[in-house]
Amino acid sequence: MRVLRDIARDYRFALSFCVLCLLLALAITSFFSPYDPTFWGTVPRDLKPSWSHPLGTNSKGQDVFWQATFAVRNSLTIAVIAGLVSRVIAVLVGMIAGYRRGFVDTALMFLTDTFLVIPLFLIMVLLAMLVREKMNLVTLGLLLAAFGWAWDARVIRAQILSLRERDFTQTAVLSGTGTLRLVLEEYMPFATPLVFSTLINNMSWAIGMEMTLAILGLVNMDIPTLGTTLQWAISYQAMLLGYWWWLLTPVVLSVLLFVALYWLSVSVSEYLDPRTRIQRVGAQ
Amino acid sequence: MANHDGGAAMNFVRRYLIPRLIQYFLVIFLGITAVFFIPRLTPSDPVNRTISQLRSMGSYLDPASMEGFIHDLREMYGLEGTMLEQYGDFWRRVAHGDFGVSFFQFPTPVIDLIGQSLPWTVGLLLTTTCISWTVGNIVGGLAGYFSRKRWSRILEAVAMVIRPLPYYIAAFALLLLLAYVVRWFPISGGTDIGRRATLSWAYVKDVLRHAFLPALSITVLGGTVWFQTMKLIVQNVSAESYVQYAKLGGVKEGRIVSKYVIRNAMLPQITAVGLALGQMFSGALITEIVFSYPGLGTLLYNAVVTGDYNLIMGITTLSIIAITTAILLIDLLYPLFDPRVRYL
Repeated sequence: MRVLRDIARDYRFALSFCVLCLLLALAITSFFSPYDPTFWGTVPRDLKPSWSHPLGTNSKGQDVFWQATFAVRNSLTIAVIAGLVSRVIAVLVGMIAGYRRGFVDTALMFLTDTFLVIPLFLIMVLLAMLVREKMNLVTLGLLLAAFGWAWDARVIRAQILSLRERDFTQTAVLSGTGTLRLVLEEYMPFATPLVFSTLINNMSWAIGMEMTLAILGLVNMDIPTLGTTLQWAISYQAMLLGYWWWLLTPVVLSVLLFVALYWLSVSVSEYLDPRTRIQRVGAQ
Repeated sequence: MANHDGGAAMNFVRRYLIPRLIQYFLVIFLGITAVFFIPRLTPSDPVNRTISQLRSMGSYLDPASMEGFIHDLREMYGLEGTMLEQYGDFWRRVAHGDFGVSFFQFPTPVIDLIGQSLPWTVGLLLTTTCISWTVGNIVGGLAGYFSRKRWSRILEAVAMVIRPLPYYIAAFALLLLLAYVVRWFPISGGTDIGRRATLSWAYVKDVLRHAFLPALSITVLGGTVWFQTMKLIVQNVSAESYVQYAKLGGVKEGRIVSKYVIRNAMLPQITAVGLALGQMFSGALITEIVFSYPGLGTLLYNAVVTGDYNLIMGITTLSIIAITTAILLIDLLYPLFDPRVRYL
């Protein structure tokens, strides 16, 4: 409870937490939707926002508000899948490279650097083109996970390298603790905050990447996500026709989501860094 | 003295240059190998995709000519022969800059299409990288040194909103605002439609006017990252004792900021250019798509929409080579700025 109270003093944390809760509530509302999001023509087309359609309707004959609830839910699902799976890869690579050092470390870090240096976006486009038919929330999440771990693996490795030099490592090894136990029980608690803050950033990256692949039409356009709803609005010329409610809904929602996730990650990692925490919380 | 310098140079070559070059070639090798294997190991290969795409457009071929067509397609995509032969052939083609012909702008060679688009992307990326790096670092440096001032806090707050936006959303928001709502800039394209490339002021002005929005969106996003990191570094450097001593010793503030603080803080930022380049490149491609700017990004978009695999493979392969080479050059220039690397 203390932790929560301290961190909530940061206005960025409080604000982003509220926004994320709102978006999550929006995502949950989708379960009570009166319309099936994949059907076209369930409501009159191109209506301005009104009481019966709070965010209007689009040219496909769908209610923009209820589409948006599905979009937020699906985008978050992709982000969570991508974030969690890539965390597993990043932790494994980072820990093995950091603990084993030597050739294993060199090889793994070379792979990681390759991922950082080459324009991965293009490779993802190539891959997404070939598996386009099988694209759904899970496969897209896995595809993003396969490419989103490199930077975080480096961060985790750096942490493990420094932990390895501490005295308690020596004590543990000399008193007969197995490597696996040492890593899981002694190192994991130190790495967990790092895993958490990189998770938030990675989720944000995954949502952005999904939107980017959607403009190229490389995701399943029938599943409403923030990317596909925006892409439909663009391809139906909502901008030229002046259907601002259709166009702005995904834009505003995604901006809120990106900013909230970023503020959450910044406030959490600043809180976890004891030097900045003292500055803010003050001597208590 | 000469002897000492010679030794240092040898050390530099052995401990910095050679490992860096090995890494460079390995990265290119790995990247291009991935480009080769991805279409071959995924369940649906380009040939089947192209055929099903043609079928869905309603074209019909009798079985015999279909057989021949499949053979031609396999030839065109370099899918004939064993995997090893194909792999060797692929490298031979890469070495000659031959990426086959484009399928939907048949029979223009892929390399020609890329050649037409490349100058636009290089121009855009080079300008925006230079401007965003310089401006971001200077403003970030000043904001870091004067971090208690009001304007510094306001800039920081603005950066906190811009930073998390992906290139696509930022570009789209700018497009909506400046080209659609207030109509200051053209919505798309690289020049007015039908304008010929001439060396006149009107042409240059037209190109600049069209490039402004894409460039602005990349510059603002990239610059924000430089601003934030530089501000953080400078805040830390300013707390170092040598800066405090300089202040106490009565060195002018302007001199402290420019010569002592920013100069030291600059070093990690030079290395960071290399790491950020790949991302900025991807960002530039996406921004180009949003503004239909006639560079590689828009070419990629057309290639994806029409299912032009040779073109996508060509763009990807060349981009891997170009970006890794650019990063190598930045890394090789680094010792000029940091004497510690020169004398390993």
